[in-house]
Amino acid sequence: MHYSPAPLHIPDGFLNISVSLVCWALTVITLSVAVSRTNRSLGEKQVPLMGIMASFIFAAQMINFPVAGGTSGHLLGGALAAIVLGPWAGMLVMTAVVAVQGLLFQDGGLLAMGANILNMGLLTVAIGYGLYRSVLNKSQATRLTVAGIAAWLSVMAGALATSLQLWLSGTSNLQTVVIAMLGVHAVIGLGEALVTVAALGFILRTRPDLLGEGSASAEGGRGWVVAGIVVSLLVVLLSPFASADPDGLNRVAIDLGFIHVGQSSSYQIIPDYTLPFLGATPLSTILAGAIGIVVVGVIIFLLGQGLKTKS
Amino acid sequence: MHFDAFDRYHDTQSFIHRLEPRVKVVVTIAYILSNALLPDGAWIAFGLAWLFLLSANVLSNLGITFTLKRSFVALPFALVAITVLFSIPGESLSAFHFLFWDLTITDMGLLRFVSILIRSWLSVQMAILLVATARFPDIVHALEHLRVPSILTTIIAFLYRYLFVLVDEVFRLLRAREARSAAAAGERSGGSVAWRAGVAGSMAGQLFLRSYERSDRVYNAMLARGYTGHLNTINPHELRRVDYLTTALALIIILFFQWVGRL
Repeated sequence: MHYSPAPLHIPDGFLNISVSLVCWALTVITLSVAVSRTNRSLGEKQVPLMGIMASFIFAAQMINFPVAGGTSGHLLGGALAAIVLGPWAGMLVMTAVVAVQGLLFQDGGLLAMGANILNMGLLTVAIGYGLYRSVLNKSQATRLTVAGIAAWLSVMAGALATSLQLWLSGTSNLQTVVIAMLGVHAVIGLGEALVTVAALGFILRTRPDLLGEGSASAEGGRGWVVAGIVVSLLVVLLSPFASADPDGLNRVAIDLGFIHVGQSSSYQIIPDYTLPFLGATPLSTILAGAIGIVVVGVIIFLLGQGLKTKS
Repeated sequence: MHFDAFDRYHDTQSFIHRLEPRVKVVVTIAYILSNALLPDGAWIAFGLAWLFLLSANVLSNLGITFTLKRSFVALPFALVAITVLFSIPGESLSAFHFLFWDLTITDMGLLRFVSILIRSWLSVQMAILLVATARFPDIVHALEHLRVPSILTTIIAFLYRYLFVLVDEVFRLLRAREARSAAAAGERSGGSVAWRAGVAGSMAGQLFLRSYERSDRVYNAMLARGYTGHLNTINPHELRRVDYLTTALALIIILFFQWVGRL
């Protein structure tokens, strides 16, 4: 069988408990917005369609092309899914793909699946769709160019997020992992961009109706443009910072209080990351984490509301 | 290709196979969670967790080394953890020069590195055992019982159900490309890397259109067979007393690992 693991799937054991749970929480909150949005806007017919589209992304990852020296590249699909299926459906489809890769093929862990879905299913879709949406009414050449840039950036975003999670878990040295991950994925991303552009070009030539007015591809609100640009800017600004000046990022992390997560191993309870009235117990850390999750959740929920009203 | 070509299920009769899928999903997740919570260097707890895994292997009638043989899939990822060997302060064990870095392996770094590998190795084996002892559609059904939104479980069920159809389609596309990629002896076929990536992209676009059009036919065929938006199963999926007892016992044992790990 042609199934080949991609280097972004984090197995269990490599992320510590706080990072895993925070990523799971971010993923669950975003997905629940996606579920309620798609439940409202889609008929029962769209669910089988999305299922088969998830199958399509999975199968499309098996179409490989020789690069050099026996290595081959293949599609990851986040940006392509977002552009042809629309943002929320794209997120659900990519989530299903990552879930099956982890559950069935052990390509990526179960506890780490929250992070994997976030990196490969949600960030990629936000960038892929957001940037493409910003040029929706422009010429075909512009749309394809931006789609290519979005595909490249979406791979870089996944790689950067993976690196940061590994660093925060105390599994990797920040500078090394960022340079290695971004270096490898800058090349993988080129393949992703070429394949995505060619696939979109092919669809535009044969079935332009699937990407035109009134199609899923045009349904996302303008809020996506903002989301896509913000995430892209974060990637563009954070990557050189993290690789050239890791001390700078460390300092920011100290200022924001993140660094305790980074330095703690999976069990150590750092006093600053607990609730004072409970003392340094695991319960306290979990509650502190839960409060952080709720705060982030409210932000994402408000963001979701904003995206909804604008659409 | 057969419809269950991708399932990792090993059909046999055993105590674990007969357990309700929900039980297996919950215990697997609890076990992986427990591994993540165990402190670095909790060797006794890691050892007990390994014994737990071995007994699960035996109880599943697949042979004591069943998961061991398949457990190295996550190993390449260990590369990303190598830097902890050098970056955690501690007593120096060995210092050497590599390219243009002076590297020192510390005892704390080594402890952390080995702990990460053990956690990963134990967790991946339990996940392997889960898919070997429960059919994938049953696992998806269990997820639905465990309150995963049904839109997501339905998408996953469809993904799994039609994957073999689309993979057959991929094989046809790959064979067609192969058939058109002739080259004279000693010459390389095809153009530049970018050109080859473009061809792969066109194939992905083609696959998309075929999948899209097929989804229409699939939906119509399902309607004709009485599809109402919900996937049914003939498996009872009832929790019996043995399921409750097994879950409780397994969770108590896993809690015990946590206690041992913190002694």
